[in-house]
Amino acid sequence: MTAFVIRRLLQSAVVVFVMSLIVFFGVNVVGDPVDMLINPEADQEDIERAIRALGLDRPIGEQYFYFVKGALSGDFGRSFIFGEPALKLVLQRMPATFELAFTALVMAIVFGIPLGLYAGLRPNALSSKTIMAGSILGFSLPTFWVGLMLIMVFAVMLGWLPATGRGEVATFLGISSSLFTLDGLSHIILPAFNLALLKISLVIRLTRAGTREAIYQDYIKFARAKGLSENRIIFVHLLKNILIPVVTVLGLEFGNLVAFSVVTETIFAWPGMGKLLIDSIQQLDRPVIVAYLIVIVLLFVLINLIVDVLYSVLDPRVRIGESQT
Amino acid sequence: MTTTADQDTEIAPTELAGQLQTPFRRFVSDFFESWVATVAFALFLVIVFGALFAPLISPQDPYDLAQVDVMESRLPPGSKSYQGYTFLLGTDGAGRDLFSAILYGLRISLSVGVVSGIIAMIIGSSVGLTAAYCGGRVEALIMRIVDLQLSFPAILIALMLLAVFGKGVDKIMIALVTVQWAYYARTVRSTAIVERQKEYVEAARCLGLSHKRVLFHHILPNCLAPLIVVVTVQTAHAIALEATLSFLGVGLPQTEPSLGLLISNGFEYMLSGRYWISFFPGIALLLTIVSINLVGDQLRDVLNPRLQR
Amino acid sequence: MTDQVPTLEVVDLATHFFTKAGIVKAVDGVSFSVGAGEVVGLVGESGSGKTVTGFSIVGLVDPPGKVVSGSIRLKGEDLVHANAERLREIRGNQVAMIFQDPMMTLNPVLRIDTQMIEAVRAHRELNRAAAREVARNALGQVGIPSPNERLKAYPHQLSGGMRQRVAIAIAFVNKPDLIIADEPTTALDVTIQAQIIHEAQTLCRQTGTALIWITHDLAVVAGLADRICVMYAGRIVEAGPSDDVLDRPMHPYTAGLIGSVPTHNKRGERLRQIPGMTPSLLNLPPGCAFRSRCANAQSNCQQTPDETTPFDGRRLRCHHPMTAIERQP
Repeated sequence: MTAFVIRRLLQSAVVVFVMSLIVFFGVNVVGDPVDMLINPEADQEDIERAIRALGLDRPIGEQYFYFVKGALSGDFGRSFIFGEPALKLVLQRMPATFELAFTALVMAIVFGIPLGLYAGLRPNALSSKTIMAGSILGFSLPTFWVGLMLIMVFAVMLGWLPATGRGEVATFLGISSSLFTLDGLSHIILPAFNLALLKISLVIRLTRAGTREAIYQDYIKFARAKGLSENRIIFVHLLKNILIPVVTVLGLEFGNLVAFSVVTETIFAWPGMGKLLIDSIQQLDRPVIVAYLIVIVLLFVLINLIVDVLYSVLDPRVRIGESQT
Repeated sequence: MTTTADQDTEIAPTELAGQLQTPFRRFVSDFFESWVATVAFALFLVIVFGALFAPLISPQDPYDLAQVDVMESRLPPGSKSYQGYTFLLGTDGAGRDLFSAILYGLRISLSVGVVSGIIAMIIGSSVGLTAAYCGGRVEALIMRIVDLQLSFPAILIALMLLAVFGKGVDKIMIALVTVQWAYYARTVRSTAIVERQKEYVEAARCLGLSHKRVLFHHILPNCLAPLIVVVTVQTAHAIALEATLSFLGVGLPQTEPSLGLLISNGFEYMLSGRYWISFFPGIALLLTIVSINLVGDQLRDVLNPRLQR
Repeated sequence: MTDQVPTLEVVDLATHFFTKAGIVKAVDGVSFSVGAGEVVGLVGESGSGKTVTGFSIVGLVDPPGKVVSGSIRLKGEDLVHANAERLREIRGNQVAMIFQDPMMTLNPVLRIDTQMIEAVRAHRELNRAAAREVARNALGQVGIPSPNERLKAYPHQLSGGMRQRVAIAIAFVNKPDLIIADEPTTALDVTIQAQIIHEAQTLCRQTGTALIWITHDLAVVAGLADRICVMYAGRIVEAGPSDDVLDRPMHPYTAGLIGSVPTHNKRGERLRQIPGMTPSLLNLPPGCAFRSRCANAQSNCQQTPDETTPFDGRRLRCHHPMTAIERQP
C-alpha cells in the first residue's frame, strides 16, 4: 500500500514538473508581454527600465529558474492589471469556485443516482425512456447556452431567482460560504445546476448501466431466494455494488467541474477563479494566467491521487486482498 | 436454462430474398431500424445542406454591409424588413437577419469542427497505429502522453493553448486538434492491439510486406468500426467546444462569426427580454450536436460486435 | 411415503421462455412430489430443464421466462398463483435455495454476518444481537470452526467449501420445510464434495427437511437420494427409488447416463458415450425428444410417449424401455 502511494506521488511530481515547463515556456516564449504592457509611445529609456523591472531581459533559462524559485515560495509575480500578487488573486477566488463545484457535484449525486437507478430498474417504462432521452439532451446541450436560457426563464421571465452574482456569505464551523445564507442559496442554485447538468446526465447513464448489469447477477437472485424485501435488495445489495465505480468517476469529475466553471462563472458573473482566468486571457495578464494554470494542474494531480487511494480503500476486495483461509 | 439456436454471424454476403446482402447493405438496414437515428440523420443532412447552400437560401447576406441596416436591429421574429422579406427569426443588435446569420454561422461552426476532427483523426490514428505496432517502450511512452492529456479536461487544455497563442482561426484549429487527437490515438491503439494478434497480420508479414503496408492496408481497415463511432462523438464535442470558446471571447475572431459568437452577442439583450438573439442560434447549435450524438449512438450499437444478432 | 400431504407436489409444470428467436419450452410437463424428510435427486444434463424447474417452484424465473401451466403445491398451498408478498414470505423461510457457485451468490461487498442476519430478520422479529446468535449457531452446525471470525469476514476471504457451508447454513437457518439445492457441489473439490453431501444429508435427517438435489452427476445422487427423477429436454423420462433406477434403468437415456460414468469402464476400454447431441430446445423434433440418439428407436417413437407406471413407485416415458438383456454392458 505504501509503495503504491509513493509511486503515485512520484508520478504526480513528474506531471507537475512537465506541466510547469509547458506553461512557462508557452506563456513567456510564445506570447509577447513587452508589447502588451509597455506603452509603445514611451521612450526607449522607460521601456528598458520596465523590461529590467519585469525581468524580461534575462536569458530564458534564467527566467525559468527564477520562475520555479518564485513558484516554490508562492510568488508568481504581480498581476499586470490589479497590481496584486498573482497567486493571492487566484487563491482569493478559489473558495467561490469550490463552492460552486461542490454544489454541482452534490446536485449530480442527488439527482443523478436516483434517476439512473429508476431507469435501470424499469427500463421499458415511458418515464425511464424519457429520463434517458433527457440525459442525451443533457450532455448535448452546450453548457453556456443552457446557462443563458436558465437566466432568461428563471430570472427574467419568472423572476424567481437572481440572475447573476454570488449571495451573502456566512461563517459556520470556521468555513465561510454563501451556502449558509438563504440569499446565498438563491444565488447559487442556477449556476450550480448549469454546471451540474452535464454531470447529472453522466451519472444517470452510469448508474443505469451499472444497475442493468447488476440486477441479473447471481447474488441478487440469491438475495431474492432468501426472501428479502425488494427495498433491501435495491438499496443495500445493489446500490453498494454500483456506488463504487460511480463514486470514483465522480471524484475525478470534481476536477472537471472546477475547470468547466470557467464558462458558468462568466455567464453568471460568479466571482471565482474561472472568471479571473478568462478576464486575464483577454487582457493578457500573464502572471495570473500562469498562477491559475499551475494551481489547477496541482489540483488535478492531487484529485487523481486521492481518488486512486480512495478506490483501493472502498473496495474490500482490493483493500484486504485475496487471502485464502 | 435458455438455449437459443446459434445465429450465423458470417460477414460474407448472404442471400436474402433474392437480393445479395453485402455487409454494407446489412449495416445500412440495421442502422435505419431505429426511427430516432433515422430522424437524427435526416436532420443532420438538412443542417449540412443549409450550411452548404447558405448564400442561396438565406434572404440576406448578413456580412454585406449594404444589406444591413442598424435601424432594423433588435426586431422580434416575424417582423418585415424594408426590403420586403420577413425576418423569420428576428434581427440581432446590428440589424442582421438572424436566420441568415445562423446559416452562415453554421458554415463556420461545422467546417471548423469537421476539419479539426479530420486532422485530429489522421494524426491520432497514425500515432495509435504506430504505438500498437511498435509495442514495447515506444508504445508505453506514447500511451503515457495520451493518458496524461486525457486526464485533463478539454476546455482547460484549449484555454491553456489559447492563452499562449492568442486569437485567430489557425490558433483555434490547433487547439481543437490538440484536444481531440488523444481520443483517436487511444481508440485506434486498442483495436490495433487486438488486430495485431490476429493471423492475417502474420500472413502479411510472411509475404514480406513492409511495415507501413501492413499497418495501413491491413490493420487499419479493421479498426474502422470503432473509429467511425469516435469520429461522430468527437465532432460533436469539437463543435460544442468551439462554440464555448467563441462565446467566452477567446475563440474565433469577430470576422468569422460562428454560432458561439452569435450567442454571446445576444447575451446583453437577454436581460431586456430580447431572447431570440441568443435563443435561435442556440437551438441551431443544439440540433446539430444532438443529431450527431444520436447518429453516433446508433452507429455504436450497430457496429458493436457483441450486440450482433 | 407417508400418507399426509406431501411437502411439495408438482403436477404438469410447464415453464416457457418467450425469446426473439422463438419459444423455448425449458420445462414441459414435469410432475413429481417430495415428502417430509425425503431426498429427491433431479438428474439431467445442462439444458434438460432441471434448474428452471427449481426456480419455477419459488417463482424466481427471470423474464422472458414464465410458468405457463401446471400446479405447484407446498403442503397444499398453491404457489403458482400466490401473490408476490406471499412468495417473498415463503422464500428463505419455508422454501430455501442453495445455488451452485457461492462466490457469485454471496454479495462480495457485504460481510458474512450482514448477509446471514438479514436472512433471519427478514422472517423473524429479532434484534440484531439475537439474530447474530442464531447465525453463529447455524455456522457451528455446518461444521465451520471459529464462527465469530468467519462472521466478520468478507466472502472472498473464505475458501470455496467454506462459502458453500455458509450458503447451506443460510438455507437451514429458518428451519424450512423444503430445500432446493441447485448443483451445490459442482464447483467444489471432490473431497469437499463428499463432506458437504454428508452434512446436508445429516441435517435433513435431523430436521425432517425435504431436499431436492439438482445435479448432472449420477455419482452424487447415488448415495444421497431416496428417489431419482431423470430429466431430458424439459420432461421427466424416468423416476423411481434411486437404487432401483440405478440398478435396473428402463429408459435408454438413463442407461446411457449410467453407462457413460467413467468408473464403470475397465481400464483401457473405450469410454462410452451417448451418440449425438442434446437437441436445441427451440426446435424440438415431434415425438420422443431422445429419438435421434436412441438405439431402441422405432417408428412409433414419433408419437410423444405418455407417462406410464410400469410398476409401483416407478414412472417412465418410453415406448421401448430397456429389457434386462439390453442392460448388459
